[in-house]
Amino acid sequence: MNIPSDLKYTKDHEWVKIEGDVVTVGITDFAQGELGDIVYVEVETLDETLEAEEIFGTVEAVKTVSDLFLPVSGEIIEFNEALEDQPETVNTDPYGDGWMIKVKCSDVSQFDNLMSAEDYKTLIGA
Amino acid sequence: MKDTALTATHQALGAKMVPFAGYNMPVQYEGVNIEHETVRNGVGVFDVSHMGEFLIEGPHALELIQKTCSNDASKLTVGKAQYSCMPNDDGGIVDDLIIYRIKEDTYLLVVNASNIEKDWNWLQSKNDVGAELRDLSEDYSLLAIQGPKAVEAMQSLSSHDLSDIKFYNFVVGDFAGIEHVIISATGYTGSGGFEIYCKNSEVKQIWDKVFEAGADYGIKPIGLAARDTLRLEMGYCLYGNDIDDTTSPIEAGLGWITKFTKTFTNSEALEDQKRRGAERKLVAFELDERGIPRQGYDIVDSQGKAIGNVTSGTMSPSLNKGIGLGYVPTVFADAGSKINIQIRKNAVPATVVKLPFYKG
Repeated sequence: MNIPSDLKYTKDHEWVKIEGDVVTVGITDFAQGELGDIVYVEVETLDETLEAEEIFGTVEAVKTVSDLFLPVSGEIIEFNEALEDQPETVNTDPYGDGWMIKVKCSDVSQFDNLMSAEDYKTLIGA
Repeated sequence: MKDTALTATHQALGAKMVPFAGYNMPVQYEGVNIEHETVRNGVGVFDVSHMGEFLIEGPHALELIQKTCSNDASKLTVGKAQYSCMPNDDGGIVDDLIIYRIKEDTYLLVVNASNIEKDWNWLQSKNDVGAELRDLSEDYSLLAIQGPKAVEAMQSLSSHDLSDIKFYNFVVGDFAGIEHVIISATGYTGSGGFEIYCKNSEVKQIWDKVFEAGADYGIKPIGLAARDTLRLEMGYCLYGNDIDDTTSPIEAGLGWITKFTKTFTNSEALEDQKRRGAERKLVAFELDERGIPRQGYDIVDSQGKAIGNVTSGTMSPSLNKGIGLGYVPTVFADAGSKINIQIRKNAVPATVVKLPFYKG
């Protein structure tokens, strides 16, 4: 199980990469494995400002659908449009080209609420 | 939770295991799409040993089958199998099943794992004719070897000419070094192949030899996830989704296995329903736009009013679009009818189509 130590994590199996007050968000290797073959990543909240834990999109796999929860409050400033044509990238490269959105965080103190790689590892029993 | 005789084998192969009908079953190995594609174009193997097997024997065996099952089992000769269902007294279905005529007075009924106990009790309650019943479910294993290359890939394992076994026919013979297994030209994928019934103690040897023989054909193990997408592309009903205790065989499009050449449970009411026309029907639909229908989603009309619900839905790996089955009022049931599937906030347009979705 790949859990990069330089990223932060949520209990909803998302990873967060922090660069100043902008964060990049995707789903973890564990999450993509549980979902199976991903066929759509739907984000209809681009340019919206949402609270932490609100639903910012959905990910549809062949066998299941799952909501995507915003890890921190802020404005969704970018969606990885490459996923519209190649959603399977989330399966093959969840921490790289499979990233989903970028968020301009409204309150960077929320970063303290995110989990470390160690904590996430414990959560999934890896 | 029960294991099949192959559970450890699946785990060693790295399968993702899930509880299904009380059994610990492989849902996928490599991934649903690759497994689906393997069965459509090559050959794949499913462990479906969770399925139930009942033996009905004796001079009154056929009588019990005829009074409980909707299809006409008097048409079965030894070596033939038949798809059928057991209606209940209230217009619904107890289970769907396959009936094999093994010998003159010996029939094998293959039922859904989730219904083994219910079916057993049901058959017992209807057995006032003195048929002999035996539940073999715990002792028998079932492998489905499916795909267009199945015959060629497996031929070296049997002295029988596998290409001679016609669809829904079977032989009892040698396979993979084991005598007296049932080699049946059946399966629930729409891509051809066989099902092999054998004792639990024999199945590991058969599994291993099947993979040896199939190696040159790219054979792969296939999980329940692909089994579901494969059957759904054909429009085959899944008990618990598309048919259940409340859906009639007429509504479900199973009129072709509901033969009024004899009487059976609730046959009078079902014949009446067939004559008058059912008020709702199970239809197949494709989404006109992007999206995936899922079981339980509402089917809505052009005004947004709920008219039914989705009983099975998936992304079709072969067609690369959202497909599904669901019940709608008969007025919406003709091919070409426009309906909408409520997917979260959006009513996504869909078109009723003829089955199968996948035409090979």
